[in-house]
Amino acid sequence: MKTVKLDITKEHCPMTFVKTKLELEKLSRGDILEVILKEGEPLENVPKTVTEQGNKVIEIKNLRDDIHVVTIEKG
Amino acid sequence: MTEKKKISIVLFSGDFDKAVAAFTIASGAAAVNYEVNLFFTFWGLNVIKKYKNRNAIGRGFLARTFNFLMGGFSHLPLSRLNFAGASPKLMTNLMRKRNVATLKELIEASILLKVNFYACEMSINILGLKKEDFIPEIKEILGVAKFLNIAEKGEILFI
Repeated sequence: MKTVKLDITKEHCPMTFVKTKLELEKLSRGDILEVILKEGEPLENVPKTVTEQGNKVIEIKNLRDDIHVVTIEKG
Repeated sequence: MTEKKKISIVLFSGDFDKAVAAFTIASGAAAVNYEVNLFFTFWGLNVIKKYKNRNAIGRGFLARTFNFLMGGFSHLPLSRLNFAGASPKLMTNLMRKRNVATLKELIEASILLKVNFYACEMSINILGLKKEDFIPEIKEILGVAKFLNIAEKGEILFI
């Protein structure tokens, strides 16, 4: 099991969830991906789309101001 | 398991901005697990030509002239305010500055996300081109009947 970090705070639609998906594809089942993202579109869509694709959102934590960390377990 | 959702996009236009729209939807949809088919026809073929610059490819004098004048990826015009080709370059710089994916990045993402690329048999024939004149990601050259087959039970967009 490994943990990988992905910072998409500078990205915009569609690259926010495109990069998340591409990073998840590199991982194996059970691996953890920590996505650092901004409020708004990314925070609304990333957890939703990864869940729809059979992964599990373990935690959403506020890092500072409008920056959040979404911890995803690859399904 | 439910059937995968599907979207098929016809890219008729060879305009830079419309290609950005097509590839934004394509990569975005593929990232949320849609089956995505991109069907390139007429001017849209310029986006996926192997040679990115002007090149007199094709069969016959007229076709060669046409292909030379149209050029490839590096010559896609902006649909408005093109300013003799300066605007697409300025726009790409602006996109980079604002951290928005450029057309090149969107195409690369679409390829990585396994979007299916198809090219139109009839318009390729008019331009005297062949499969080898396009990027290798083109899966197949096909006609309307086959495209409708592939697009069946999904949504279709014409850009």
